Amino acid sequence: MSSDVRFTDFKSDKQPTWCPGCGDFGTMNGMMKALANTGNHPDDTFVVAGIGCSGKIGTYMHSYALHGVHGRALPVGIGVKTANPNLEVMVAGGDGDGYSIGAGHFVHAVRRNVDMTYVVMDNRIYGLTKGQFSPTSREDFETSTSPDGTHQQPVNPLALALASGATFIAQSFSSDAQRHAQIVQEAIEHDGFGYVNVYSPCVTFNDVDTYDYFRDSLVDLGEDEDYDNNDFDQAKEVILDSEKEYQGVIYQDEDSVPYGERMGFTEDMSRIPDGAPENAMDLVREFY
Amino acid sequence: MPADLNWAIGGEAGDGIDSTGKIFAQALSRAGRHVFTSKDFASRIRGGYTAYKIRTSVDRVESVVDRLDILIALTQRTVEENMDELHEGSVIIYDGERTTMQDLEIPDEMVGLDVPLKSLGEEAGGAIMRNIVALGAACEATNFDVAFLDESLQKRFGAKGESIVENNKKAARLGQEYVEEHFDHDFDYDLDTTDEDYVLLNGDEAIGMGALAAGCRFYAGYPITPATNVMEYLTGRIEEFGGGVVQAEDELSAINMALGAARAGARSMTATSGPGIDLMTETFGLVATTETPLVIVDVMRSGPSTGMPTKQEQGDLNMLLYGGHGEIPRFVVAPTTVSECFWKTVEAFNYAEKYQTPVYLVADLAMAVTEQTFPPEEFDMDAVEVDRGNLVSDDAIDEWQNEKGQFQPHLATEDGISPRAFPGQAGGAHMTTGLEHDALGRRTEEEEVRLEQVDKRTRKVETAKQNENWDYREFGDSDSEKLVISWGSNEGPMREAMEFLEEDGVNVRFISVPYMFPRPDLTEEVEAADEVIVVECNATGQFADVVEHDTLTRVTRVNKYNGVRFKADELAEEIKAALAESTEVTA
Repeated sequence: MSSDVRFTDFKSDKQPTWCPGCGDFGTMNGMMKALANTGNHPDDTFVVAGIGCSGKIGTYMHSYALHGVHGRALPVGIGVKTANPNLEVMVAGGDGDGYSIGAGHFVHAVRRNVDMTYVVMDNRIYGLTKGQFSPTSREDFETSTSPDGTHQQPVNPLALALASGATFIAQSFSSDAQRHAQIVQEAIEHDGFGYVNVYSPCVTFNDVDTYDYFRDSLVDLGEDEDYDNNDFDQAKEVILDSEKEYQGVIYQDEDSVPYGERMGFTEDMSRIPDGAPENAMDLVREFY
Repeated sequence: MPADLNWAIGGEAGDGIDSTGKIFAQALSRAGRHVFTSKDFASRIRGGYTAYKIRTSVDRVESVVDRLDILIALTQRTVEENMDELHEGSVIIYDGERTTMQDLEIPDEMVGLDVPLKSLGEEAGGAIMRNIVALGAACEATNFDVAFLDESLQKRFGAKGESIVENNKKAARLGQEYVEEHFDHDFDYDLDTTDEDYVLLNGDEAIGMGALAAGCRFYAGYPITPATNVMEYLTGRIEEFGGGVVQAEDELSAINMALGAARAGARSMTATSGPGIDLMTETFGLVATTETPLVIVDVMRSGPSTGMPTKQEQGDLNMLLYGGHGEIPRFVVAPTTVSECFWKTVEAFNYAEKYQTPVYLVADLAMAVTEQTFPPEEFDMDAVEVDRGNLVSDDAIDEWQNEKGQFQPHLATEDGISPRAFPGQAGGAHMTTGLEHDALGRRTEEEEVRLEQVDKRTRKVETAKQNENWDYREFGDSDSEKLVISWGSNEGPMREAMEFLEEDGVNVRFISVPYMFPRPDLTEEVEAADEVIVVECNATGQFADVVEHDTLTRVTRVNKYNGVRFKADELAEEIKAALAESTEVTA
């Protein structure tokens, strides 16, 4: 991989159709910077995108990419990485894609610990369908489908990840460009499943979880000298703290061994002979 | 002495029926005899009855029949379940010391061999070996050398240590000797042996082996009867070729993982049964519209819903041909025998990559769980060809880029087949999406591009129809005006049925169709026949519908698929054009 890759090399010539001010612009820029900073090249990078506003990211970035069906981006990423471990695999989606329709896959992707990065653009709203509540919406959040609140608890995705055996849990804010890029970079560098929940505000349909709200409430764990992100108990405390919002790498298991390594998936599986393998008749002889 | 022998062991689930039956089947195979097996998983009456049945002959056997010559009955229920198939001279081996067997009444015209299976097993080293004692007894009743069991006992128990193997060999001999000493009877059966060396495998294993031969490197699946054996076969073997198996959390995930691996360039497969296909249908359209090569195996079982998971049915054809919203070409290949499961899997991988399309490989429970013998040459690995289609080489990648240097994964070529670059290839970076897309793989709703992409995907099928051989398999009297057509595993029983029919003076022409789409056009064959019968394991005749559809005079079709509704004036023009009229109509 060449070292002179700039982050703009990861940008496609397609202009984003996100609303002006959408958090996803910042989220994407940070991802591109993190990819460039870690020495990746668009030709060696595979981006898998889910469905929703966030899912459009595959079009606006330049790399190998698949924009799949709703909620199934993670399994696609697992397949890509398993088939070719040399690729940098980045999966991106929204809170609906990852924590609602795709919640089942999220749990299993976390516990499988495949060496890839998962960026969730969490805006606590369904934007593309024009403003319905999402799995991370607050209980009293009023939308077209929740005129007097959702009457259900928001999911705590970080807790879900921790309970599923995550080896890397982080949270960032799309507007804090430098920190966000830095956190995604750490997720890429992590040996295993690097999961980042990004607060990526929707300026059109969410007037509660706004830029101002996050700016005022976010606590940066990176600035807390006493915080040890290798400490499971400290991470648990932060993740279950419903009074505050945090950014930073919340938890990292330094002993993480990725799934592919444990399973021995080390080869590029795309290269095969032009006939049956040399010793294929042994397969037949097994049935004697 | 009948030319074939029909043998069974039955008992309760958990009695080791399957593994014992397989040991005997392997011994027969070692002795140069052909074997065709079937399994009774469950029963007409509720309960845990299970049986492993073997039909064996020196000639090839392709079917089971309703006759039983030798029955090892571990439970009284086993005898009751099979009474219809037993006949004069049938031998029943049982353990009269077992409390459940004490009310057993063997009809006078049959031969009951009361063998103390459990006691003899204990004598050999443990009661657990009672089934092997029974195998020894069955050898004596069929004049079959008990030594033929040794190799299969070694294969089955070798991993547990030499003493276990020796104990089992002893158990078999104790059973054989007991019958020899205690029953002064001249048995009707005599199992001839030959010098042939056969392999014994089932359809699931043949599919798995075909995948490995074809270069499949990635498999993701979720366990489901009767397809799980495919995954179990590949696990532990695919790794030796540099591949891997991932057990997914569900079928939704399995097909998406397989899709991801295929996008990364691996030959990739998943296997499931009908309920899994229901779930995979969600992603099927994505696989097809992104033009991703993928082999999806459906080992059919009885539906709908959970249906009868351990029972045979060919009820998924409509779903495979038409399932999913919108319209998208897909290939559906349906092997007709166990060994064809191997070859059609190899073909399926080639079709998938040459035409960049998902291929359904549809098998059914009957052939998936049937263990059958074949000469090993039937799986001649030197005859396996791998055709990866239009892979773009590193030096030629710029030929497939547009003027801006962007790679075009969905370029609308003349034959409909676009270039393919693998991730990691310099200059090949591209996206693709389940949204309608342009040549670059980017979303579009432009009418002309939509039409261009629909047409190019359809054109791939036309190319395949021209380039490949979609022939049927034919048997019987080709001049007969009585035509029988079937698909899937019915080929074997139908071929043997033809022998019965011939005895009654009925000669038929039999066409066995292994390609569901693209498929052979049977119009001429149907028109040449006075009577046409379509045989299939389902209630409504799904393939019969397809045959009728293909051979009917077609209606004229007026279609529109650019995303815009019909407009009245335009429609009038279309109708007139269809009626071959030329007058103009103004709105």
